[in-house]
Amino acid sequence: MAILHIRQCSKRFGGLVAVKDLNMSLAPGDLYGLIGPNGAGKTTIFNLITGVYTPDEGSIELDGKTIHGRKPSAIAKQGMSRTFQNIRLFKSMTVLENVQTARHMNKKQTVFDAIVRTRSLKAEEAEIRHEGMELLKIFSLDTRAHELARNLPYGSQRRLEIARALATNPKVLLLDEPAAGMNPLEAIDLMHLIQFCRDKFHLTILLVEHNMKVVMGVCEKIQVIDYGETIALGTPKEIRDDPKVIEAYLGGA
Amino acid sequence: MKKWLFWFSAIVVLAAMQAGVRDVIGPYYFQILILVGINIILAVSLNLINGVTGQFSIGHAGFYAVGAYTSASLVYYGQTSIRAAISFLPHMAQDVVLLLLGLLAGAIAAGIAGLAVGIPSLRLRGDYLAIVTLGFGEIIRVLILNIDAIGASRGFSGIPLLSNFFWVYFFVLVTVVVVHNLVDSSYGRAFISIRDDEIAAEAMGIDTTRFKVMAFVISSMFAGIAGGLFGHFEMNLHPNSFLFTTSFYLIIMIVVGGLGSIEGAILGAILVTVVLEAFRGFGPFRLVNFAVLLVLIMLYRPQGLAGNWRLFRKAGAR
Repeated sequence: MAILHIRQCSKRFGGLVAVKDLNMSLAPGDLYGLIGPNGAGKTTIFNLITGVYTPDEGSIELDGKTIHGRKPSAIAKQGMSRTFQNIRLFKSMTVLENVQTARHMNKKQTVFDAIVRTRSLKAEEAEIRHEGMELLKIFSLDTRAHELARNLPYGSQRRLEIARALATNPKVLLLDEPAAGMNPLEAIDLMHLIQFCRDKFHLTILLVEHNMKVVMGVCEKIQVIDYGETIALGTPKEIRDDPKVIEAYLGGA
Repeated sequence: MKKWLFWFSAIVVLAAMQAGVRDVIGPYYFQILILVGINIILAVSLNLINGVTGQFSIGHAGFYAVGAYTSASLVYYGQTSIRAAISFLPHMAQDVVLLLLGLLAGAIAAGIAGLAVGIPSLRLRGDYLAIVTLGFGEIIRVLILNIDAIGASRGFSGIPLLSNFFWVYFFVLVTVVVVHNLVDSSYGRAFISIRDDEIAAEAMGIDTTRFKVMAFVISSMFAGIAGGLFGHFEMNLHPNSFLFTTSFYLIIMIVVGGLGSIEGAILGAILVTVVLEAFRGFGPFRLVNFAVLLVLIMLYRPQGLAGNWRLFRKAGAR
């Protein structure tokens, strides 16, 4: 039974078909790669899954429930979380507050609790803090917990984005080019971290990445998109030898 | 139980000041002191929308007016029957009940107005929201100008004097504590996340529309309370007190004080109110000098008067 199931999805922007008849199926625990040349429609697919866009045709199901057409925040509550290609942290908050913010929806406090500062609220806030620090430890960000997010170096900001996404307690995590701008060593560390998180939090991960070494090394299944259409689907080895993929990346005769 | 100690001592101090402050500083400065208090309530509440949640509203005077007129008309028209219903209380206690009922009505009416404006318009961003809120403020004022029962363009006079130093500053405290507690909670983090990055906030499961409307309604309710206190202090109301310039002065207060900071909103409210009074001596050049002062402040302290200075400790930190 697939945890994320996309059936015959299409998205058009005016005359441009950004995604056409897309099918995708992720089993629980998958580490699934989505690759394709620039402009192939990868980020559009992410935006369709997370509800930023509504598909023109087709359906998207998360854990058996239809999610297309719902608001991004409602989809996030169903257990979908993501990072962004161009980092979107809450810049005026501290590192810890970024993670705490993402935990909001799992909590029960009411406006009244917040205003009167009830005992249950204080306990809950302490819990959120504790859980936030635990997450930051995994990403080795705990020593900078009280710094402003915007003051972190680039690589740490990318890690913080993943930590924040995990704080929502997702079933499915979408990572949009998490290794972008990292050097090869950082990228490899990051990949180990992603695998570790998948196992520790029982996640299903969908990954967009341009760094082929990383994608081939970490993903068990890869789907290749070009001009909004699937051109190949299989294990890293199958993908590497697929003539259509080679043509899409290197150009054909 | 420190909470109760805080409120108890605050009430004692305010009550003691209520007894003497007017005689000590004289009626002119007393008037300004009251105005400062009302402007603090308005600025701190507006700051929740404009500073903390990052939505640009320029219609705060509209909510202020709704609160002022609702509170005043409830007391003006309902006074006799309410007093009859609670005639077993001494006269002073009756006044308190009347005032609190009036403020409650003002807060609820302004909150409903906030909801009615907020639900359709908070999907709009930036400039568009600003225009809608500006329009709302003017609609309220024009409505008041055309309702004869509340004085229309003559102004609404004969409102009983019920508010005083004690109640104004009691509600200043309530506003500051409520807004501070709210900002320093999961709700506050949700508000700030909307200001920082709305798309990321949505992706983290924060229903941005709902939180924006919530900030708007809470803020409007406090504006309504400020209106009620104002009407029951001045004893008459005129639509010209609620021109869009009032909204602009409030925005100036929170920008000069430092957007997003409660301390800043308080400082800004004090500064703008006092300076506008102090500059009366300049006659026609009053607003010119005021503008020059604002330019200077913004040049030398672009982050606002408060900047990073914090009077209220974040309960979450450490």
